[in-house]
This record gives sequence, structure tokens and C-alpha cells, in this order.
Amino acid sequence: MTSVQRRKIEGTIALTLSTLAAFMGLFWLVFILGDVLVHGMKSLNLSLFISDPAPPGAAGGGLRNAFVGQLLITICATLVGVPMGVLGGTFLAEYARGRKIARMISILADIMVSVPSIVIGTFIYAVLVKPLGHFNGWAGSIALSIIMIPVVLRTTEDMLSLVPWTLREAAFALGAPYYKVITQVVYRGAATGILTGILLSIARVAGETAPLLFTSFNNSFFSLNMNQPISSLTVTIFQYAMGPYDSWHEQAWAAAFVITIFILIITMLGRLMIRWRYR
Amino acid sequence: MNGTTEIEVRGLNFYYSGNIHALKQINLTVQKNSVTALIGPSGCGKTTLLRCFNRMHDLYPRNRYEGEILFQGNNILSKDVDVIDLRSRVGMVFQKPTPFPMSIFDNIAYGVKLKGIKKRSDLSERVERALVHAVLWDEVKDKLNASAYDLSGGQQQRLVIARALAVNPEVLLFDEPTSALDPISTGKIEELAAKLKKEVTIIIVTHNMQQAARISDWTGFMMLGELIEFDGTNKIFTAPSEKLTEDYVTGRFG
Amino acid sequence: MAMTLKRKNPVDLIFSSITALASVTVILFIIGIIYVLISESSLSIEKFGIVKFLFSTEWNPVKEDFGALTNIYGTVLTTVLSLLFAIPVAIGIAIFVTEIAPNFLKGPIGVAIELLAAIPSIIYGMWGLFTLSPIMSNYIEPLLKKATANIPLVSILFQGTPMGIDILTASVILSIMIIPFTASISRDSFNLTPAVVKESAYAIGATQWEVVKNVILPYSKLGVFGGVVLSLGRALGETMAVAFVLGNNHRISTSLLDAAATITVTLANEFAEADNDVYLSSLFYLALVLFVMSFITLAIAKFFLLKAERKYSR
Repeated sequence: MTSVQRRKIEGTIALTLSTLAAFMGLFWLVFILGDVLVHGMKSLNLSLFISDPAPPGAAGGGLRNAFVGQLLITICATLVGVPMGVLGGTFLAEYARGRKIARMISILADIMVSVPSIVIGTFIYAVLVKPLGHFNGWAGSIALSIIMIPVVLRTTEDMLSLVPWTLREAAFALGAPYYKVITQVVYRGAATGILTGILLSIARVAGETAPLLFTSFNNSFFSLNMNQPISSLTVTIFQYAMGPYDSWHEQAWAAAFVITIFILIITMLGRLMIRWRYR
Repeated sequence: MNGTTEIEVRGLNFYYSGNIHALKQINLTVQKNSVTALIGPSGCGKTTLLRCFNRMHDLYPRNRYEGEILFQGNNILSKDVDVIDLRSRVGMVFQKPTPFPMSIFDNIAYGVKLKGIKKRSDLSERVERALVHAVLWDEVKDKLNASAYDLSGGQQQRLVIARALAVNPEVLLFDEPTSALDPISTGKIEELAAKLKKEVTIIIVTHNMQQAARISDWTGFMMLGELIEFDGTNKIFTAPSEKLTEDYVTGRFG
Repeated sequence: MAMTLKRKNPVDLIFSSITALASVTVILFIIGIIYVLISESSLSIEKFGIVKFLFSTEWNPVKEDFGALTNIYGTVLTTVLSLLFAIPVAIGIAIFVTEIAPNFLKGPIGVAIELLAAIPSIIYGMWGLFTLSPIMSNYIEPLLKKATANIPLVSILFQGTPMGIDILTASVILSIMIIPFTASISRDSFNLTPAVVKESAYAIGATQWEVVKNVILPYSKLGVFGGVVLSLGRALGETMAVAFVLGNNHRISTSLLDAAATITVTLANEFAEADNDVYLSSLFYLALVLFVMSFITLAIAKFFLLKAERKYSR
């Protein structure tokens, strides 16, 4: 065998392995998604959305409390996390552009993005649950917003940095003060990117379970009171899947199906938006 | 050719980032309602000088001016000058078109709104007047709500000029406004500049000597941060007093 | 003409201050987390000290005697195993997507990987419990047991009854979860290799694999390494993907077919139920240990990623 032949064979083997790896990755996606889809569809019905849980082990009932609770927690987290993140990112990309402090905060935010979310749960437990004496919905929302802020902050910073500097100069040259340049020109230029970042951050926190386990906890009854424990889909999935009843398992699949579809749609939307904007 | 003095630069020195001496002892006078061109090889400081007239350098830390720039008799380099107000009176057009991410109408209305004019009818009138001025009205009057990004490069540049005109500036700074445009668009912008000087004073930086010769009344030749020669455009291009100027305009370097 | 005398727009000052405040919250959170975790675990720190806590295998709520070693062992073992499974696959995917795949496939596969990364960890965990765990206990684990039965040392890894709720299953799920993350960072690093450099290698007669091996991999090794360490940091702190299938067993076992406990799983299962001060304080202490471990890991990852970025941005 000549050395050229050997090199070619080696190359073919290595590249085949890479291809197999790629298909293995895809295989898992199809497997997991398919499984969630099949099981979820089977257990999906109207009463899931409009009734509250039946007593443990009894048939029927739904997860209205968890859907509403999840929505409430996520919306409150977004209302806190998004403005903070966008404003913080604005500081890094505009007022502190190129300064050491901007670089430091940017790096710390990157680290915060990957800090174990359960640790944030323990932090909020100590700050917002223990002093009050009981679990509550606000604590869950704040925990999620702490996860959200660094994500939104970093995307905002990146997206604002992509806006050409000449655009700002052009606005300054018309006599606009910096805050108007930012809010009226730069934000518009970066709007799609920032919105994508927000969508992805919502997708990220909507699936979070660990930080809710000991903040918003769980509640088998319908509740809109954020001062009290409140149910969420993710914590309910954990509780139901680990529980002993088949009816619980079915509802856990259904809940998993809904949350997965929700998150995938948001993620796709985000990707499409960014592609459409920066094609 | 002697009219009223609009801008007078006296002993101007400029330093980037604290210590890079970019402009050295510049003295020149800009006549009202004239076109003044600044030419010179890359890195000679012509754009730096242009950006002093609306204090664009203030946007970046550790930039420092020395000397005076008198605009209608007042020193604009003085610490207590409101640069925001200054910039609404000294407009600027950049190398590449810089439309804002808004509709054509809003782009032009933007600067007008900054001045506190909010009434829709007033805005419409100003927008139309500015577009007519910039010879763009006929091309865009039917699609004022379209995105400014849908326009061609040449149209965008005229849009940006219209935007600058809409705030009624007294001086308009052009920073190589045609370097990113095709010859036809360039011709339109040059015609426009010649026409506009009836209302505003124009200072233009260009790397294109023919352009300077075609449209300007006065020309300054700069090199290595110094103003080598400043005179009537005809004189600079036909009988310059300095050897360096002659070498440059006859194409012996740069 | 009148030059107005106002210097700085007050609105601008207010707006810039608000943005500054918003960005500083990131620092405040980190300081706050460290401060709160230390003060909440002070009771346990006083009682057990640092060295004794880190190296004690005790975890006994009844006797109120706590040590972190079983949790640290579970955390490190599942993380290392999952990375061993994930890294080759992830790098294979990255090579496929950047070099091998025909253009019409690059986009869709890239999107599929991003989607896989977006699926929340609780879905992986639940899927692991209901679908993967039975497959592991019925087919894969008995097979591994049989295959390694006569190999000394290796057989130790597969002792005990295959139950599907064990270190191996948890590591497999964790690796499936980490693959897309690692793959997309590796792909981004690969893409930093300038086309000219690749072309010049092809121009001297290199095969496609040789370009990958001798040009792209060396060129992007800093970034890939950073990505791997980042994945390590992620895996350390992952809770839900492992909570379903690891059991909660505070014992150090050499068999991968035994249940175990990670720091995260212990916190998830016991935090809300801790019924005395020392117990709760020890759980906070565990959270502190986890925070320090992952913070250091993530900082190292960031260091390498920044270095890679700086090297190639010129």
C-alpha cells in the first residue's frame, strides 16, 4: 500500500466516524423529541388545561394550576429580568464601551450565565423565603430573573456593539444627546437582535426547575397569589414523574410535551429572526 | 471673493488619546456661503480637522484641543459650549451613508423632532422641503414610509444630506461624501453641494483632487497634521506657492 | 447668536446612571451569593471545619453529622464520565458540520443541534427515567456486565444488579445533554480558522482529514479546550438531568451500576425537607462548595475562550 493510499484510507475512516457522530447526535434529538411527542400527544386533552389536579392517585383532573403558575412566574421574571438586562447591556456597550469595568462585568456575566441554577435557588431561599417563613411565587420569579439578567445583558451588549459606530456619530451630528441616540437610533438598529436575546432567555428560564424547587415550591391548588407557594409545570413534572401513579406519569408527559413545544417554538422564532435580520 | 467670515481657526492643536499630536498650529478662515475643500494624503489630519468643527472628538475619552475655533465670533472649543446645540447648527455627512433604521420620513423628521417640533403638518413640510433641497423628493415622494435601507447607496447619501439640511444648519461638514458611491451618484452629490452653498457654508474633505477643483471655492492642503497651504481653489491647483502642494496636486506623491 | 451655557444634559446623566446601576447588579449578585452562602453555612463551617467537611463520607441527618465527600465524588464522577462520552461525539459533530456535510445539510443540522441544546434539562431527566433507564437495565448494563466479567479491574466497575438507576445511566443522560452545547462551541472555534490557511494546506496536497487534523484542530485547540471546560462547568451544576436517575445514595461505590448522590441531587431532594439548623446549614455549605467549584471552572473556561478569541481576532 502506498503512503498516499494509506493517507486516503485514514481520512475516509476519520471522516466516516465524524459523520456517524453527527448522526448519533441527530438520533438522540429524534429519539427524545419523538418520545415526548408520542407520549405527550397520547395524554393531551382539554381537561389538562381547564381543571385542577384530582386527589393523588385518582383519575382525571388537570394541571391548570401549574400552567397558570408557570405563566405568572415566567412573566414576572421577564418583567424584572429584561429591563435590567437591556439597561445593563446598554451601559457596557455604550457609556462604558472599552472601559475596564465593562470588560470585567461582561466576563462576570458570562460566568453567571453558567452558574448552577440550583445555587441561585438556595441564595433566594435564604434571602426571600427564610425571612418570610414560607415559600412564595415572588421568590421563584426573582430566582429566574437572576438567571435571565446576565443572558439578556450579554446579548444586548453584543447586539449594540454590532450597530455601526457611524450611525451614532450621524445622530450626534444632528445634535442628539446620547440617551436619545441610544433609545431612538441604536436600539432600533439592534432591535431584532435584542428581541432574539430576550426570546432565548425566556426559553431558557421557562424550562428551569432547580431554582424553583425551594422558592416558589409547588401547590396542588389553583392560586394566583404570588405571596404564597405557587405551582409550576417544571416542578410538577418532577413531582409527578417521581411519583407512584400512572395518571401522574401521563400528565407529566403531557406537561413535558407542552413545555418542550413552547420552548422549541420560541427558540426557532429567535433563530429565524436573527437569520432574517442578519442574512 | 471676500465675504463674511463664518469660521476662523486660530492656532489649533489637537491631541488624540492624550498624546498623539494630530493637528499642528492650524490657522484658516472659512467664508460664509462658500465651499471649502480640505485635501491631502491619507492620515494628514483633514478628517480630524473637519471633526473639530462640530466637536465630534468629544465622544471619545482623552482627546484634547488647544487654540480657538471661532464660529460667528464665539469660540466653540470653550468648555461651557453646549455641544448638542453646536451640532444642530453644524451638520455633518459621513463617508458611508448612515440612514437610521427607520422609514425615509422618520429619518428626516428625526433631527427636526430633536429641535422640539412635533406637529405632524410642520414635520411633513420640513421633510418635503429638505427632500426637495437634496434633490431626492421626486424619487421617494411615493414611498416615504418605506425603510431607508431600501434606497440605493446614492439615494441614501442624499437622504442623509436631506436629514442634515432639515434642521437648518448654518454649516455643513462633508467627510468624503462620495468615496462609497458610483460616478453618477457622485455627480449628483457634487451638483447638490454647489447648489447648497447659497444657504449653508460647506466644508468638504475629499481624497479626490478633481472633486475639490470642481466644487470648491477655497482649498486647504494638509500634510502630517499641518496645513501647508490655504488659498483660492484656482490658485492652489494652478499656481501653488508651496513646493509640497505643487507636488501633491500634480500627482507626484500621495 | 447665543451659545447656550448648559453643559451636560441632565436626562443623559440620569439614564447613564440607571444603566450603570443595572449592569453593576451582576457584580452585586455574585458578591451577594458568596456572602449569603457563607453566612448561611457558618453553623456547619464552625462545626465541621473545611478539611473535615470536604473529606468526610458521613451524611447522617439523624446524628447531625455531615461531610461532602460522597456528594463531591458523585458530582466529579458523573461529570467526568459524561464528558468522556460527550467530547468525541461533539467534536465529530463539529467536524461534520464545518467540513464534511454538503451545504444543504449544514444549516439544518446546525439548527437541530441548537434545538437539542434548548430542550430543558428536566425533559432529559424525565426521558431518562421513563425511556433510557429501562433500556439500560434490560439490555445495555447486563451486556456490559457480561462482556467485562472476566476482565480483572474493569469488572469492578460493573458489579451489582443492573437497575437503570445508577451512575452510568445518569452519566449517559448528562452526556446527551452536553453534546449539543460542546458541539456548537467547537463548531464556532473551527469556523475561526481562516479559509486561506485551509486552502494553502489543500494546495500542498493534504487530504480533507489532514486539513482537519493538522490545520483546523491545532488552530482551534484553545477554543475547543475552553468549550470543553465550559461544558465541564455546566455538567458540574446540572441538577434535573441527573436527579431522576441517580437515586440519592450517600455512599462511595466503585461500581457504575450503583446509585449515588451529587451535590445538586442532594440539594434538590433534601433542601426543602431539612428539619434542623445544622442540616440546612450543611446543605448551604454544599451549595457553597458547588458554587466555588463551578465558578473556578467557568473562570478557567472563560480565560481560554478569551485567549482564543484574542489570538485569532488579529
